[in-house]
Amino acid sequence: MRVLIPSALHDYTHAPWVEAQGETLGALLDDLDRQFPGLRFRMVDEQGHIRRHMRCFIGGVQIFALSHPLATADEVLIVQALSGG
Amino acid sequence: MSAPHPVLLIATRKGAWLLHGDTERQHWRLDGPHFLGHIINHLVLDPRDGRTLLAAASTGHLGPTLFRSTDLGANWQEVAQPPAFAPAADGSGRSVKHTFWLEPGPADEPGVWYAGTSPQGLFRSADGGDTWAPFSCLNDDAQYREWMGSEQDGTPDGPKLHSIQIDPRDPAHLYIAMSGGGVHESTDGGRSFAPLIDGLDVVEGFPRDQPTFHDPHCVRLCPSRPDRLYQQNHCGIYRLDRPATTWQRIGDSLPEAVGDIGFPLVVHPRDADTLWVFPMDGTAVWPRTSPDGRPAAYRSRDGGNRWQRLDHGLPTEQAWWTVKRQAMCADLEAPLGLYLGTTSGEVWGSADEGDSWTCLARHLPEIYAVTIGYPRD
Repeated sequence: MRVLIPSALHDYTHAPWVEAQGETLGALLDDLDRQFPGLRFRMVDEQGHIRRHMRCFIGGVQIFALSHPLATADEVLIVQALSGG
Repeated sequence: MSAPHPVLLIATRKGAWLLHGDTERQHWRLDGPHFLGHIINHLVLDPRDGRTLLAAASTGHLGPTLFRSTDLGANWQEVAQPPAFAPAADGSGRSVKHTFWLEPGPADEPGVWYAGTSPQGLFRSADGGDTWAPFSCLNDDAQYREWMGSEQDGTPDGPKLHSIQIDPRDPAHLYIAMSGGGVHESTDGGRSFAPLIDGLDVVEGFPRDQPTFHDPHCVRLCPSRPDRLYQQNHCGIYRLDRPATTWQRIGDSLPEAVGDIGFPLVVHPRDADTLWVFPMDGTAVWPRTSPDGRPAAYRSRDGGNRWQRLDHGLPTEQAWWTVKRQAMCADLEAPLGLYLGTTSGEVWGSADEGDSWTCLARHLPEIYAVTIGYPRD
């Protein structure tokens, strides 16, 4: 499925859109990390929590759980939260 | 082979810079930015190989990581496994917010590095910083977790473990410090630690025997006399000569209008009686500026009994910057060179042990750390 990558992670993907697979959001991030080593830890901490300023949307709905199931036709948007000054 | 030239490694709130000096320390060339926009907490060149450069990095949005270079920053590679706490089965464990302190291991253990993190954690690498593992019982020990307090108990940008000091005579003998959480010593290679806080003051009203209430800002072991430690603390400047276990306050003789509060402390690499501090305004709400807007280093040549103000060349008024705990260092030359990075993004150097100062760079972001390196081919 197509995944939108925020600019802060383009050093890993070198592209705003990439292809990745997974039956859950967590599995999708694992696949991204296989393709782009190191990317997952920048998004998800060692306790399995999505980091404070990272957001994941599927079909316009924000997803918080790595266990959230994905369908092949889903498009996943990973964005940076608007924060800071 | 040409004579080694010093490189000042500058870590800032918005990237890293390398300031290359000539062998005379007269001319300096600024190289950077590296990692523009990234928060760089520490940048250290391995003195054992003169090649391996580690940078502790994070951003406002992304998790923390480390980068590694073996060609003075021409190319950087992210490490394979940055410091991270052990996962807790129920997800309640801690997560590293940033790596704060990088410490190369002893001379006879090439490739070994230690790291201190925020919140307080101690990590070790045995492969030149590429992969890291939690080190010692400290990170998950119930007693140490209590002494560390919560993340609300730490410094404004997060509680941290710092000042990892390794006894050059015995790599199993280590000191670490935590803000907050006190100074601790291990004599068994980090399998266990014990508090070393006797004689240190704490904020009025709190018990001195509880490590929780201790805030060491910077601890330095003297390379020329490893039984001597100095400490800049939230509550003054101290010296400890082992095997004694009670710290002696040595900052009381600083001028009352200046006080003995500050963050950095530098020891002379060849003379254990000589040290430098950079006092700041720690009164009332803790402005964290130079006292009265007039920055100055202070030097003692007798172990802290008497102090001399060193401000020749520094601004004489309306300079409201200060120097963070990792942002002052010495080189290895004779006379010794000193360097400091300011919260307002200036780098100042002294080629005469602090007697006079020259601005080497300005208009950088807020400087978090400066370290000296001697690259080798």
